[in-house]
Amino acid sequence: MTAPFSETGVLGSTGVLASAPLIGFAFGWCLERGGLGSARKLTGQFYLTDLTVFKVMFSALVTAMLGAFWLDRLGVLDLGLVYLPETYVVPQAIGGVLFGVGFLVGGLCPGTACVAAAAGRLDGLAVAGGMLLGIAAFNALFDWIRPLVESTALGAVTLTQLAGVPHGAGVLAITVAALAGFALASRIERARG
Amino acid sequence: MREGKPFADPYLAGIGIGLALLAAYVVTGRGLGASGGFASVVAAATAAAESTERATRSPALSPYLTRGVASPLTDWLVLELVGVAIGGYVSARLAGRSRVVVERGPHLSATSRIVAAVGGGLFMGLGAKFARGCTSGQALTGGALLAAGSWIFIATCFASAYLLAPVARRLWR
Repeated sequence: MTAPFSETGVLGSTGVLASAPLIGFAFGWCLERGGLGSARKLTGQFYLTDLTVFKVMFSALVTAMLGAFWLDRLGVLDLGLVYLPETYVVPQAIGGVLFGVGFLVGGLCPGTACVAAAAGRLDGLAVAGGMLLGIAAFNALFDWIRPLVESTALGAVTLTQLAGVPHGAGVLAITVAALAGFALASRIERARG
Repeated sequence: MREGKPFADPYLAGIGIGLALLAAYVVTGRGLGASGGFASVVAAATAAAESTERATRSPALSPYLTRGVASPLTDWLVLELVGVAIGGYVSARLAGRSRVVVERGPHLSATSRIVAAVGGGLFMGLGAKFARGCTSGQALTGGALLAAGSWIFIATCFASAYLLAPVARRLWR
């Protein structure tokens, strides 16, 4: 096992930090190339006129999922050392609902707002400003909402662990579901175009 | 209005993002993020405005100030976001899509669009803090690792946006 480099000592902290702008550049470049720096294109997802968000998001997710799965299998990357975001059922459901409202009203998500702002979209800059306000508001309210924010904690757990099936079965199921989703997305766009 | 070159194939763009995310797993063991970078900036700004000592004792801020230093410049996610902005700018510039404009629905004034954008950002800021990540840090990074909470976030996020879309039609259509 040689990766993750940060955990196996292949790269020191400076090297890891130096990767941030490079990986970020690739991320921002691809988001802009795919058209996700445009709020009108993004929100087409929610009116079923342009399913670019779904296509980009799930092809990215499946690529990274398959890549991580096979690199782990090949002994290159130890998935056990990759940070798995912890699950908090109720807070994440509340967060998802609030985020979905903000996504539709703002038309951009945090990452795409940075891309939009960098490409001159003043609405992107406004979304980024709103994000800072929302986070500051959360911090100001933290003492009151803390019991809710820390409730229903399940720890670092995957869907496959909860279902009691092998990780590979989940990877396969998500891949098949995404491919079916891509086929459906093309049909919806044809029907509406 | 000149629109610039057409966008790339969405699947190609998605595979590119997937490879960037995979590179982040391999190099840092943590994946991508966006709202976390914003949260670092807020924590650093709060620490600067109040006092670093008080901020590091706050349970809401201390995770972002682990080194005891209130500098977002040492934060991986902040540097990554700087890269995102540069990558987005260079790509838009080369494709003739870079221009100063308020992008908005056909029935919305520029002022209303800016107000909606700030309000939307505020909701996303709150939501990302509750969910412990956004479309990047939860949906993509955790989703590709099959984290249960990331899929709860994906499902509730899309469900709420779709439910609100018909009501908020005037914003975009």
